[in-house]
Order: sequence, then structure tokens, then C-alpha cells
Amino acid sequence: MATATKARANKADGEVSVRRVQAGDLPQVIGLDTRVTKLAKNEYWVDVFKRYGRQRLHERFFLVAENRVDRRVLGFIVGEIRAWEFGSTPCGWVFALSVDPDIRLQNVGTALLDAISAEFKRAGVSKMRTMVARDAQLPMLFFRSEGMMAGPYLQLEKDLD
Amino acid sequence: MRLQISTRLAIFATLELTAREGIQLSVGEIGEKYGVSAHHLAKVMHVMCRAGLVRSVRGAGGGYQFSGNPRRITLLDVAQLFEDLSSAEPNSGAAATPEDQALREVLHEVDDMANATLGSITIATMRKLVDRHGAGGTRRAKAVRSA
Repeated sequence: MATATKARANKADGEVSVRRVQAGDLPQVIGLDTRVTKLAKNEYWVDVFKRYGRQRLHERFFLVAENRVDRRVLGFIVGEIRAWEFGSTPCGWVFALSVDPDIRLQNVGTALLDAISAEFKRAGVSKMRTMVARDAQLPMLFFRSEGMMAGPYLQLEKDLD
Repeated sequence: MRLQISTRLAIFATLELTAREGIQLSVGEIGEKYGVSAHHLAKVMHVMCRAGLVRSVRGAGGGYQFSGNPRRITLLDVAQLFEDLSSAEPNSGAAATPEDQALREVLHEVDDMANATLGSITIATMRKLVDRHGAGGTRRAKAVRSA
């Protein structure tokens, strides 16, 4: 998919646009993720960029929200279409979403989610999923506020000792 | 999971009070909509007042106003004022058998999920859900009465 996805957020200090990630955005993406998670993962993001920003772009979406005035990256979202895992028909999966903590509650996250939803729809899927830790209150409240409900799958796990 | 009538009333009253910014309603107005007595609702509102979720406005045209942040207050915040949301199986005091422990673990998981769900829905999100369902007064009133 070559066309940039455009969306607007009603951010107080200017317009926000959402577009495909570019190589030059990577330091800002890494910086934002490090700031939010307190964990630097440079190699991980370089790998994610290679796979989701360069390959199979018809079903992989790595989008950034930028301030049109100063070109600053305000947030990013990454997802892809997955098919037949766990018996599921093709659906869009969002596996990363982050917004600059200084501009939260200004609809940047909504703009990112709207943009990737539009990409998923254009790619032919009608369902979007994500996974959130039960105690991760902010992302949980955000996804819920966007209308996401519990899905038909239960995540199970086991300690391997 | 079943919620007590007081919890359901508290949630519905909260939704009414957040339907429009600055809205102020009396227990009579809310109670009439849901077919419950003003007396019962007054007790519910008193609990919510003490918790700081609503404030009472005195005088002519007085009533209640929501005083929390609808984007931060969750259904769990409201429900735990009226429900015991701790683990479903109280400790009997006797030494727990492996069967007791196993059952407790499963029930704990159920409680965790219920609390996580209630804790993930803010009043603002709930309002969106209500709008999505196009809830009419009649349907909601039935829901309370059938609880």
C-alpha cells in the first residue's frame, strides 16, 4: 500500500496527520517507546520497521502520527492482518500503540486507531483485535472507549518450570 | 455475574447524570424513569455522595450532579460501593483441602476477569455503549425491575 493514510486529531496545538512510517522516523519511534515503557529496544524496533515498514505492505501497517508543523512524531501504531491462527478467519491485529504522554487525551490515539482500522477495512477484513494486560489501565480504558469489547478467545498461559 | 439492585441503580443514575454536562436531576426524576422509589434511590445517592461521585445541590430545583471524571470513573468504582467484589469463596477457617484450593483458584480467576471487565469500562465508555444500543427508558426500566 503506497498511499499515506490521513486522519486528523483535534489536538489543541495544530493538525495531526497519520502516515506510513519512514526510516527517518525510527529514532523518534524508539525514543517514544523508550520513554513510555522505560525499556530501550532498539534492535526490536529496527526489526519491526524492516518487517512492517518495508515488507508485505498490503497486510502490514506501521503508521505514525506526526505534527504537521514541526514534523514531530506524536505516536505510532503497528498491526497486521493475520489469518487462520487459532481457527480465526482473517482479521486485523494491533500489537503496538503508543502516544506521547504529554499530548494524551487529545485524540491522537483515536486518529491512529481510525487510520489502521481504515487500512484493515480496505484490505478486506471486518474485525480488529488487540490484547491488553488486565492491569494496564490506560490502554485498557482507551481501547474500551473506542468500542472494543472482549472477544471470543481466552488467552491461556503456564509457567514453564 | 449478577449485580445488586442498588449497584444497577447507581450505574443508571450515573449514566443519567452524565448524559449532558452539568445536568442536575432529583431522585424523583431518576426514580420515575426506572420505576423505583425515591426513597430507595436516595439511599443509593447518599452512598455515592459519600464516595464523592455525585454531589447534592440544595434549594429550589436542587438535585444531584455527577462530580467525578466520566473518562476515569469506571463501573468498578461504582459497583464496589455496593458489592463485595473480593474472592467469591470465603475462607472457612478449616484447613483447605486440595479440592478447596483448586476450586478457589478457578473462582479467583473468574472474579479477576469480572473485576477487570468492570474496571475497564468508564462511565463515558458506558454512555457510548448506551448510545450504540439506542437504549430507551422503557427497556432500561424493565432491566432494573427484572434484576
